[in-house]
Amino acid sequence: MPASLLAIPLLPLVSFALTLLLGKRWGTRAHWLPIITVLLSFFCAVAAFFRVRSGIIINEDIYTWIHSGDLKVSVGFLVDQLTAVMLIVVTSISSLVHIYSVGYMKGEEGYYRFFAYLSLFTFSMLMLVLGNNFLQLFFGWEAVGLSSYLLIGFYYNKQSAADAGKKAFIVNRFGDFGFLIGLFLIFTHFGSLHYQDVFSQADSLAGQTLSFFGNPINLATVIALLLFCGAIGKSAQIPLHVWLPDAMEGPTPVSALIHAATMVTAGVFLVARCNPIFALSSFALNLITVLGAVTALFAATIALVQTDIKRVVAYSTVSQLAYMFIGCGVGAYSAGIFHLFTHAYFKALLFLGCGSIILGMHHEQDLRFMGGLKKRMPITYWTFLLASLSIAGMPGLAGFFSKDEILLMAFNTELSAGKFAWAIGTLVAFMTAFYSFRLFFLVFHGEFRGSEKQWHHLQESPAVVTLPLILLAMGAVGAGWFGIPAILGGSNHWAHFLEPVLGHPEMHISSLAEALLVISSVVAGACGIGLAYYMYRLHPHLPETIAQRLQPVYRVLLNKYYVDELYNAVITKQTLAFSRGVILRIVDLLCIEGVVNGVPRAIGLFSERLRRLQDGQVSHYLAWMGGGAVVLVVALLFGL
Amino acid sequence: MIPLSWYMALAVMLFCVGVCGFLTRRNVIIMLLSLELMLNGVNLNLVALSYYLDSVRGQIFTFFIITVAAAEAAIGLGIAVTLYRSRRSVHVDTINQLKG
Repeated sequence: MPASLLAIPLLPLVSFALTLLLGKRWGTRAHWLPIITVLLSFFCAVAAFFRVRSGIIINEDIYTWIHSGDLKVSVGFLVDQLTAVMLIVVTSISSLVHIYSVGYMKGEEGYYRFFAYLSLFTFSMLMLVLGNNFLQLFFGWEAVGLSSYLLIGFYYNKQSAADAGKKAFIVNRFGDFGFLIGLFLIFTHFGSLHYQDVFSQADSLAGQTLSFFGNPINLATVIALLLFCGAIGKSAQIPLHVWLPDAMEGPTPVSALIHAATMVTAGVFLVARCNPIFALSSFALNLITVLGAVTALFAATIALVQTDIKRVVAYSTVSQLAYMFIGCGVGAYSAGIFHLFTHAYFKALLFLGCGSIILGMHHEQDLRFMGGLKKRMPITYWTFLLASLSIAGMPGLAGFFSKDEILLMAFNTELSAGKFAWAIGTLVAFMTAFYSFRLFFLVFHGEFRGSEKQWHHLQESPAVVTLPLILLAMGAVGAGWFGIPAILGGSNHWAHFLEPVLGHPEMHISSLAEALLVISSVVAGACGIGLAYYMYRLHPHLPETIAQRLQPVYRVLLNKYYVDELYNAVITKQTLAFSRGVILRIVDLLCIEGVVNGVPRAIGLFSERLRRLQDGQVSHYLAWMGGGAVVLVVALLFGL
Repeated sequence: MIPLSWYMALAVMLFCVGVCGFLTRRNVIIMLLSLELMLNGVNLNLVALSYYLDSVRGQIFTFFIITVAAAEAAIGLGIAVTLYRSRRSVHVDTINQLKG
């Protein structure tokens, strides 16, 4: 294995350890080591990408991690086309976010800690995508969860941030529970956790059943759904989406890196990686597709009315992740990964743009107090515009190609949920364009609605912030050009590149239908932008009137369908009541405390009695001695 | 010839006098004396039986006991003298500080 490959994950790990230990001493220079190592990682990743492109696939164990009975788990690297793509996404976005953070986190307390955590996250994410077995994937999976927790709760003395971190971690437990059971099933069936062993024998799952309370159920479906369960948690799909909007409590670079571009896409990566298993269960694929469509619509409707800029983008992320799942669900894994790739750039750009706005506005995040920022923040304005156009799917930009690919594949598939997902997907494309441009117009156009003082201090962010924006804008524009479909004169390099790993579904529809699909989604996006322009530029009072008219709907959307309230009432409260009433009172205070305190108390009482024997009176000792001698003699005489 | 049982009776008497003195008296010196009496009762027993059984083992053992008793008496008296110096008394009832 080439050393440059090992260096990809190890450099950030070294940087994490050193920065955490010595960063305090480095003070405001703590960012140098993390930035340099992540950039080196990026160059190594590019080298790895070209090595894969020249046809060299590496699958090698480097260390035996666990060897117990039949279980043999190694730390090993698999670098194939899918991994190469993920490596590029992770290291490039991470590098830019590292650089951006120098400007964004300037002067914050715990500056070195922030960079140490970023390095830890980068290492974990790279381990996740590089692993050649399920347990290493799981290790990375949990490690990114940990770094996500640490970074969401970065401002740990702020109650809401600490709570959001806990929420993210606990909600993910639900998904990971299923994921872990899925891994157990894989191990019991295949006797191995290596991708190679599992996927090469995946066909042996077909027709196998598992007895569940006496009912036979399809084993492939069970494993696929359990793995998907983990993906739901990590990628914030219904019903475990609740943590992602709250995760916006973390610093904005974190939202861009972890909660938009990389970690949340781990679920999509998992489904794509395990495509040989998912391919065996049309039920699981249908479910993924339907759930994806529902989540996409659900999150997009919430994003329509939110007023916190980061939350709008967060719901947009949930919605776009759902798109990727639709792609995977209809069997077009390469389309899902393509959207993952383009989304990483335009969504990271949107988040970092939000960060730049927040910097300019002195940590004001509410849309209602912005407006007219175009004049003061030109670079943020133009890059944000490109990102918004890209997410709205305007022709030529990155989001256009990947979104069309997914919608096309959804329409093309023979899966029963395909047409449904396509219809919802097109509707969501319209809504995406609408809410993205609602945000855009409210922030950058019109009159400034904040305070005089804010306007006075409003200025463009420093170069260290705007440079990553410009670089990402290039990605948001050009990332889609790798996968230009044949109908638009390209040759879809993307799908061909990933075909050895992810396969490619057969096309059933004519090129005329394909052209109509492309046009329909572009029209949907354009209508969304047009409507946003009409409502927020031409008739700025219209939104308020509509909100008044449709008060109940508006209220439900503003409160995110009351999902948090529902979970609070049904799950959180009951769990807390049970914990306090039973676990705390009975198990902890009664049983455990009883044993822990009871044993020393009993010993204490016994020794309290025993010490009275030693009273210092020699005559008493003598009496005991004499008595003992008598007992001894009697015992000897009677042979007791 | 004095029969063995007489020697043994004397030995028991010496031992019992020692035990009684040891248990009832409170003066450290007297208690040490009583201890010597007990040891000598045992010695007498050992010597008599040694002669009766025609074996020197008992007598060798007696020498050991005499040696140990001498050492014990020296240490015991030393302690008694130190006690008297510090407390002006060798009465064991007053020496009860060391207790649990």
